[in-house]
Amino acid sequence: MTTATSQAEVEQPASFAFTADNLKRAKEIIARYPEARQQSAVMPLLDLAQRQNGNWLPRAAMDHVAELLEMPRIRVYEVASFYTMYNKTPVAKHFVQVCRTTPCWLCGSDEITRAIKDATGAGVGETSGDFTVVEVECLGACVNAPMVQVNDDYYEDLDYDRTVALMDALKNGERPAIGSQTGRRGSEAASGPTTMLKARPRPETDGGTKKDKG
Amino acid sequence: MPKLTIDGIEIEVEPGTSVLQACERLGIEIPRFCFHDRLSVPANCRMCLVELERSPKPIASCANPATDGMVIHTDSELTKKARKGVMEFLLINHPLDCPICDQGGECDLQDQAVAYGLDHSRYQENKRAVKEKYLGPLIKTFMTRCIHCTRCIRFANEIAGVEELGATGRGEHMEIGTYIESAITSELSGNLIDVCPVGALTSKPYAFAARPWELKRTDSIDVMDAVGSSIRIDSRGGEVMRVLPRLHEDVNEEWISDKTRFACDGLKRQRLDRPYVRKDGRLQPATWPEAFAAVADRLSGLKGEEIAAIAGDLADAEGLMALKDLMASLGSPNLDCRQDGAKIGEGPRSGYIFNTGIAGIESADAILLVGTNPRWEAPMVNARIRKRWLLGGQIGALKVGVVGPDVDLTYRKEHLGAGPRTLESIAQGKNAFADVLKAAEHPMVIVGMGALTRSDGAAVLAMARSISETYGAVKEGWNGFNVLHTAAGRVGALDLGFMPGEGGRDLPGILDGAQSGAVKLVWLYGADEFDVSQLGPDADNGAFVVYQGHHGDRAAHRADVILPGAAYTEKNATYVNTEGRVQRARMAVFPPGDAREDWRIIRAFSETIGRKLPYDSLTQVRNRLAEVNPVFGTLDRLPEEGLGDFGEAGKVGSAGFVSPVDNFYMTDPISRASITMAKCMDEIVGRASAAAE
Repeated sequence: MTTATSQAEVEQPASFAFTADNLKRAKEIIARYPEARQQSAVMPLLDLAQRQNGNWLPRAAMDHVAELLEMPRIRVYEVASFYTMYNKTPVAKHFVQVCRTTPCWLCGSDEITRAIKDATGAGVGETSGDFTVVEVECLGACVNAPMVQVNDDYYEDLDYDRTVALMDALKNGERPAIGSQTGRRGSEAASGPTTMLKARPRPETDGGTKKDKG
Repeated sequence: MPKLTIDGIEIEVEPGTSVLQACERLGIEIPRFCFHDRLSVPANCRMCLVELERSPKPIASCANPATDGMVIHTDSELTKKARKGVMEFLLINHPLDCPICDQGGECDLQDQAVAYGLDHSRYQENKRAVKEKYLGPLIKTFMTRCIHCTRCIRFANEIAGVEELGATGRGEHMEIGTYIESAITSELSGNLIDVCPVGALTSKPYAFAARPWELKRTDSIDVMDAVGSSIRIDSRGGEVMRVLPRLHEDVNEEWISDKTRFACDGLKRQRLDRPYVRKDGRLQPATWPEAFAAVADRLSGLKGEEIAAIAGDLADAEGLMALKDLMASLGSPNLDCRQDGAKIGEGPRSGYIFNTGIAGIESADAILLVGTNPRWEAPMVNARIRKRWLLGGQIGALKVGVVGPDVDLTYRKEHLGAGPRTLESIAQGKNAFADVLKAAEHPMVIVGMGALTRSDGAAVLAMARSISETYGAVKEGWNGFNVLHTAAGRVGALDLGFMPGEGGRDLPGILDGAQSGAVKLVWLYGADEFDVSQLGPDADNGAFVVYQGHHGDRAAHRADVILPGAAYTEKNATYVNTEGRVQRARMAVFPPGDAREDWRIIRAFSETIGRKLPYDSLTQVRNRLAEVNPVFGTLDRLPEEGLGDFGEAGKVGSAGFVSPVDNFYMTDPISRASITMAKCMDEIVGRASAAAE
């Protein structure tokens, strides 16, 4: 690796404050931690701030959290920069994270990346229209590889066509059913159940995923 | 106590001693980068690995406490292999730019790579590169060289007390910096350069200026504040290249303030390098005999009481002695060293020194700060208070009360009030802090110049003394009454009695006399910190001014004769710090041009007017010093004095105390001439005051 991640030069809003609603939630979160350990709330609060601010975390928001928790700003910057799920630069409405770690890659994540580029015009690390696409390390859904995460939702068992369809649906303002796009249930074998076939009847489901149940 | 074996030698150590420290006790060197005696132990560089018998892998000796029965090998194959491995990893991303690196020649990484590393690299890939960070006008960064030991972060958090540095990003993308690219707002930031074991943080003003092996090292004493930090002056030819701290456990430990370190470029600017005599209203270059003749002319026929002398803040004891003796031989009682008008110096020595000692702060459990901002007046004292405050959990909390300016001192303190009325209520026991002092085992009262330079200064001093006495700050084995000076030469001048003699005028008296015509000649020995205009517009409508000093600062412009003296780096001089500790500054370079050591100037002048002073050598002057005050016969010793009677009870005003240092970076002729200090002022003081508005 020859590059260094310096703080990207983006236009930072001058100020940030929690909305009254979020401030109430922030207070609730802080109250979960024992006395003198309130600074532990830094991560959920940063998440809350990111959600309020269109899925990215400006410096003013970090400063606001620091002030709320009475901790030095640099300590908040350290946390925010350590975790990749805090976006330090603005992202589009659909924040697409493509898993390209080994299992997904073996199952064709390159095709997925190509499909997204074709459908949205955004390659890895780029923003186009309502889509920002980034490459991420393993998101823990290897059994349903390849997969992408769009904002908070997992879309699994993708191939080129299903990915294009997914992107098109998002473009049209729809919210496609999350989970496996082939209709398999959770992480059962791709060819259907292979064990305990007679043990008990399968409950009727609509093909939900572990994400639904969780 | 745990007993362990290191390289076959058995040693018994205090519980809590680390393996590394135990090795050091035996004189065995353990390489390290992240470990620093005065900082917390993160154990992240892994350079100090040693073999521990029956352990599956080598241990980090800095973080492992010595336990009973340990068998350590610091010279085994395994240890050597471990060190080589760690070093190889460290060098993977470290650039091979030693020839252009300012740390070269005094670099821990360089030295340890030679001693413990491989002779070649097996790494073929590209090295990591990191963008430079901006840390202000004092610290130059080259972050590609950083090995992530985090010493700088720990120094900023723990010693300096400014949490502005951190490690952002992670893994290979971890970077040290402020994240927001702003200057470090600490008066101790220069020490970051010293703690950095590699060339990532280096001195900006000293960049590419010299190599360590070209420099002549002179152990000396700092005069930028009254702490008298131990310093090392590095010079090349006739030029002071840089100033570094020197270890003195009782004064500055191993730190110095930014002013001490970086004001040295002021020694090269605005210098008085030859005598001047005012002719036709203009200062014209002259020779020494011409200058002496001009002064002698003016002196002839003057009565003693028509002559006066004022000593400046950087005056050394030798020069003061000579000037005092000269004034005595001229019959003048008009002497003063208190340019700020502080109401001190009458009465016993304990009434004007820092009796507890700076190291003594570590034993205190309650501190009352009166009219002082130690962070700017004496950063080393403030760092010591912070150190004691941080120890809180271990030896009992330190309570700090402040009467005076309410500023951020880097530790928790209680602001009790702004002025003498609050002090009065403490003295009368009406303030809650009185109970804190009463309950404390070792209470301290620290009185700053901000409380003593007022018209009610003597009454404030008396009040502080009575608080010290009533609340048990002065007892067997503990003297908690302290005066914190801001001028390096002040205690020495008071010790020599550079004060108005019988019927003599003090500073306001001298100024009045100059305006009324009663005082006809004023000899300023480096005195720049008072309103010079009060000496009258010129020699005909005021006093004839002789300025003896090293910088063309405020007073030199008013002078009628200028006698060029030597700065603290250019003379062998005695200074007494605020604790009353007598210390010696040593000549690192010669004074520029025709300038001379100050006592020699006065001694030479005395001869031209036929009143030859009875000393011809430095030894003789120093003997004379010891004769006048025996403390000058001691060296680097903390005096132990009981409290005497001083101060003058009386009514106090209601105005709040104001610290005499309103701009840390410019307090004397040297720092006022320094470009580096000017940059700091713009960047740090300017930003702070903009934020306050």
